[in-house]
Amino acid sequence: MDLDALTGCLVTSACLVTQTTSGLIIGMLLFLVAVGLTLIFGVLKVVNFSHGAFYMFGAYFAMTAYQATGSFALAMLAGAIGTAIIGLVFERGFMSRVYGRDVLMQLLVCYAFVLIFDDVVRMIWGPEFKSMGMPAAFQVVPLFIAGGVVPPYYLLLIGVALAAALVLGLGLARTRIGKVIRAAAHNPGMVSALGINTGLIYGGVFALGGGLAGLAGALAAPVRSLTPGMGFSVLIESFIVTVIGGMGSILGALVGALLIGLIRSFGSLGFPLFTEGLMYLFMVIVLVSRPSGLFGKEVA
Amino acid sequence: MTRTRKPGISRRTTLALMGAGAASLATPWVAHAQAKTIKIGMPTILSGRVAQLGTSSRNGVMIEVEKVNAAGGFAGRQIEMVVRDSKGQPQEAARVARELVNTDGCEILIDAEASSGAFAVHEVARDLGVLCIHTNSETSSLTADPKQHIPNAFRTARQGVHDSIAGGSYAAAIAKAKGLKKWATCAPDYAYGRDTTGEYTTYLKRFAPDIEIISESWPKLFQPDYTEVVTKILQAKPQALYTCLWGGDLTSYIDQANIYALFSQMEVFAVNMADYTALTVVKNLPKGIHSGNRYIKTYPATAENAAWGDAYKAKYNEYPTNWSWENATAIMLLAEASKKANSADGKKIAEALKGLKIKSPFGADGTVTMRAEDNTLVGYAIGWGTTIPQEPYVPEVKPGDWKTILELEAEWKKSKGYT
Repeated sequence: MDLDALTGCLVTSACLVTQTTSGLIIGMLLFLVAVGLTLIFGVLKVVNFSHGAFYMFGAYFAMTAYQATGSFALAMLAGAIGTAIIGLVFERGFMSRVYGRDVLMQLLVCYAFVLIFDDVVRMIWGPEFKSMGMPAAFQVVPLFIAGGVVPPYYLLLIGVALAAALVLGLGLARTRIGKVIRAAAHNPGMVSALGINTGLIYGGVFALGGGLAGLAGALAAPVRSLTPGMGFSVLIESFIVTVIGGMGSILGALVGALLIGLIRSFGSLGFPLFTEGLMYLFMVIVLVSRPSGLFGKEVA
Repeated sequence: MTRTRKPGISRRTTLALMGAGAASLATPWVAHAQAKTIKIGMPTILSGRVAQLGTSSRNGVMIEVEKVNAAGGFAGRQIEMVVRDSKGQPQEAARVARELVNTDGCEILIDAEASSGAFAVHEVARDLGVLCIHTNSETSSLTADPKQHIPNAFRTARQGVHDSIAGGSYAAAIAKAKGLKKWATCAPDYAYGRDTTGEYTTYLKRFAPDIEIISESWPKLFQPDYTEVVTKILQAKPQALYTCLWGGDLTSYIDQANIYALFSQMEVFAVNMADYTALTVVKNLPKGIHSGNRYIKTYPATAENAAWGDAYKAKYNEYPTNWSWENATAIMLLAEASKKANSADGKKIAEALKGLKIKSPFGADGTVTMRAEDNTLVGYAIGWGTTIPQEPYVPEVKPGDWKTILELEAEWKKSKGYT
């Protein structure tokens, strides 16, 4: 434990700025993965354990597109759209067959695909780790804000993730499609009786969730190494985020992800040997005091 | 009720007869095998996150086996490699090793496991008495600890303590020249990271006593994001950073530290940087990272080493790794020992291996030696230099001094109670 370092940091603007942005970028990437997870759970009522694989595909698609075209924007698009398509095919072809079945059955299908997707990546891109490399536009000196260090790429990353959160939140709350999705989450039988194709809604939600995870993978690709199985590490943290925020709540995913990010960045100063433990400890506290998560609806 | 012994064949005798029967059935098969090939079993990691360890080890072995077979094999017997995946699990490595000997009839084992698996295979070798060459484990105690010692096991890998002494003395010289007093460390949180960092800082402080470690970070092995570690180190404002992160973890770390311009704010010593697995993957390799040589074809700067690296690249379409040379060395030593003993018998080869010195592209002076006292490799190329972003990646390597290494190693062994 090193509380002096932590308190010292909290009163220095330079340290505060640096650690806060560091917490924000960890949190925002986590949010993009977790929000898909929570969306899919909210509407489809399945826990998608293969969600980490979409993050992995996003990263690999982005790397391939970047190497082929040299365009960073195209790489991000390829990561998000390519993964959304895989999400759609996966939902229509496989997950849609196990809705309403035993949870164990759903788990088994997801777990099988975790292994299959990892092997597919291994076959296409090889077992060794890869690196996409930082686009030249972002290979610049970091900004110094109030003495703190902020890399420009991370500003972009936080901006894109925030924009995604905003579009998603407004889209669900204000648009007709958003209303239909919320209605389908609430009472799918009634929605389909009204002549709305629920299969399409389900597929669309899965594609959206997958695409967001893919976008997270694409945004992470320039700074993280790419390996088969890379999705697993973010999956665990995403589950912690959804449990803290409340399964099915988008605002909960955002708040949960940011809290985890800040716990990591400040925890590594104050509790260097217990940073991982802090996350779990926090989750336990939330679960004990609010079993359905910070923003989860009370289950009757 | 009393038990009386019935006349006839006792159970014990029956078992003995069955055993003899099995032995006599087995004998012709062994004789048959001896006339033809000699099988060498190789448990290694061929799947999962460090599959590269296994594939580049196998490549290193195969490139040399082909040469030996073309020249007549071991005392006239052609070598047949049997390579199996242990998936990186120690219990699986032990099981595979046992099966290779007992079921597949392998007469020699090449243990190309990481340290965790190597100790498990070592116990199998102890039990079965089969000749075993450890090719990848760098954990010092595997050969330094007399409790581990068995006459039929050898190591052709680097040894952790050698690297720490060479690295510590190199870093101390730079620290003195540049006045680097405040140091930070960053290492993966498992046995290798903890031990290596501990040994390295011990020798660093020994050569430059006024150095102070002001910040330590222990990220998880395979952690995807190091941002909080990077910023923590930036806050501590050290003058130098030591890290033994490796592979994908190291490249992630470099990419993430790069955008914080960490490399322009301190001297970085990354022991595992100068291996092609990392050098060729990092897209924006910063200039001036200090690294130990793992394998690079330009050090030792000899025609033999360059030719070996190029031949490997031509055959497998990628450069060799540190594991490649360590495994190739196992076959080179075995071939020479078999020639010396004029036999393919494991026991005779083991006797010939003790103290054997061979010509090698990987030797600091063109030779490497299997040290007789503890069956481990000495005299291999060991040095440190700084990186540039393109080939030859580490243009100048400052060689480690084997005389100092051996002196301090002896002292270290004494302090550990090994001698």
